[in-house]
Amino acid sequence: MRNEELNDSREDILGRIRSRLGRTAENAVPARADIEACLARREQGPRPAVEDDLVARLRSRSEALASTAEIVSRPEEVPAAVARYLAALSLPLAAVAWPQLAGLDWAGAGLQVEGRAACGDDLVGITGVFCAVAETGTLALLSGPDTPASASLLPETHIAIVPASRILRGMEEAFNLIRAECGELPRAVNFISGPSRTGDIEQTLVLGAHGPYRVHIVIVAGA
Amino acid sequence: MHFKARASAAAADKALQAKLATAKGLFVEGRRRAVAEIDLEATREASKDIRNRCLADLDLWLERFEREATRRGGQVLWARDGAEICRLVTDIARRHGVRKAIKSKSMLSEEAGLNAALEAAGVQPVETDLGEYILQINDNELPSHIIAPAIHKTKEEVAELFARVHHRPRKTDIGEMTREAREMLRAHFLSADMGISGGNFLVAETGSVALVTNEGNGRMVTTLPKVHVVITGVEKVIPTLEDLATLMRILPRSATGQTISNYFSVLTGVKRPEDTDGPAHLYFILVDNGRVDLVGSGFQDMLRCIRCAACINHCPVYQTIGGHAYGWVYPGPMGSVLTPLYVGIENAIDLPHAATLCNQCGVVCPVKIPLPELMRKLREQQVERGLRPWGERAALKLWAWLARHPRLYALAAKLGVRYLNWLAEGGDRIRVMGIAPSWTAGRDFPAPEGRTFREQYLSRRSK
Repeated sequence: MRNEELNDSREDILGRIRSRLGRTAENAVPARADIEACLARREQGPRPAVEDDLVARLRSRSEALASTAEIVSRPEEVPAAVARYLAALSLPLAAVAWPQLAGLDWAGAGLQVEGRAACGDDLVGITGVFCAVAETGTLALLSGPDTPASASLLPETHIAIVPASRILRGMEEAFNLIRAECGELPRAVNFISGPSRTGDIEQTLVLGAHGPYRVHIVIVAGA
Repeated sequence: MHFKARASAAAADKALQAKLATAKGLFVEGRRRAVAEIDLEATREASKDIRNRCLADLDLWLERFEREATRRGGQVLWARDGAEICRLVTDIARRHGVRKAIKSKSMLSEEAGLNAALEAAGVQPVETDLGEYILQINDNELPSHIIAPAIHKTKEEVAELFARVHHRPRKTDIGEMTREAREMLRAHFLSADMGISGGNFLVAETGSVALVTNEGNGRMVTTLPKVHVVITGVEKVIPTLEDLATLMRILPRSATGQTISNYFSVLTGVKRPEDTDGPAHLYFILVDNGRVDLVGSGFQDMLRCIRCAACINHCPVYQTIGGHAYGWVYPGPMGSVLTPLYVGIENAIDLPHAATLCNQCGVVCPVKIPLPELMRKLREQQVERGLRPWGERAALKLWAWLARHPRLYALAAKLGVRYLNWLAEGGDRIRVMGIAPSWTAGRDFPAPEGRTFREQYLSRRSK
């Protein structure tokens, strides 16, 4: 399509909105100021009560969403916990993990772990989180070179390592932490709440639609 | 459109009734449980305010969104109608040499008939939402619900369809069927060059699109292919991430009764140079297709709609006739308002009447759209534009004339009451009414008291 045509549609649509709203050069000035003020205020809406024990809340809410969760006390215990989980379900002891996590002693726990983005054939994906949202039992993952989005999506099993210190009350806190630590939003902020699911055949709930069949959360109390 | 014929057929379809009843139980009960843990009224009020704020200065918010999205590598395009959507998407496909496009559910793509346009341009469109996929492989059948598109299909029908199209042994277990569809679609996910999605919200603050799915197909479509095209209405913009958090407390609860959807992604800009996944090209197509005409009109409230389907799930008419009877993309109360406004009042004459005005829809709407009031306004416009049938207009004229002549009115009422009592054969209800047989085909008409109000008033006063 030629550029003029593109511009035509834009000007036509915006022009008609402007005329329907009675927009003038004069009233645009205070309206723009209002918009800036609204964006700066970042006003929050009403929020439900969330108990102070965020670890317990995250755990109970995740379990209600058909995830499983366990708590370990130190980061060094994570590989063994992951190995135990996989063995208990007779799942493969090979996994793809975020490059960020490649430094843990996976081999020492009997796991064969490669730090890279996932491809369609990987069966187990291990990720960290940027943070977790206790209110809804949700994991928040940011895309990035060391935290590829595919690792939590393509494999049939997703294991997420969640430092207790990164468990926040609500989504508002998650957005604020992203602003504070990253400045700009990354390409993708993915909020994940349990295994993928569908109810499209006779409204019968089935876990494992296109994404993982199971999500296991390893909460690290001392991290 | 032949709404009445389709509605009558659907109302007599016992199998459809059973499916709708199951869905009603799940969605209505699910919502009731899920909204109990939030301050529902305060959240509805806040959600309404968020949507109204953007509609009041829609031009400026859109310009703001466009600036932020462009700054992060997105390209913002505008489409006046379905034909322009199709032209833009096929142009983008050509530019990037796209052969296969995977799609996450987009109602605007349904409005535009995009799949046919893609096929004509040599691009294979693949619907990836399980429900939409089922309909697509069944000769592009139309969805009958905006969040549960294949709600009208039984598992046996799906089993037959899968066996025929997938050339695999017939399965009857819903879990196994879902796995088979997963395997079929996984190959498409990994081989497509373009992803097409709708957008639940556009965030002006960051130029992002927010996308909600349960299956994970939305994430696939926006993560794997090199090109991502977002098609969304111009009314979907909201100010901040805080507003997004507020709306996300009420959208999944209202839609499926979930406290949160499985996957909720906030997508901002193209793949960064050092990223290993994500699309390198991102396009937003912001669509009018009838929406702009509602701005500043008596129907502006409708633009607040966040497509949750709570009004559909709670509607006694939808629960009886299902979605196909409504004849276009949007069923239920929101459809009865949107369809006439988008395709022309004269082209959807029955829809604003496909309601009892019971206001179940208005009560559950998360953004407080006064749906019954809007349907009533549409009915008024039909009358003003002389679109009602000749018989109805004549009858109302006659009634108006009578009402202005009290003596004649009293006489007519007296005769009418006698006639109705005669029809009731001494009982308290009329089973068959000669002058409106279709009205009494599905229900009884209550018989009037023995005499008219005026007669009773006069006789009591004289005592």
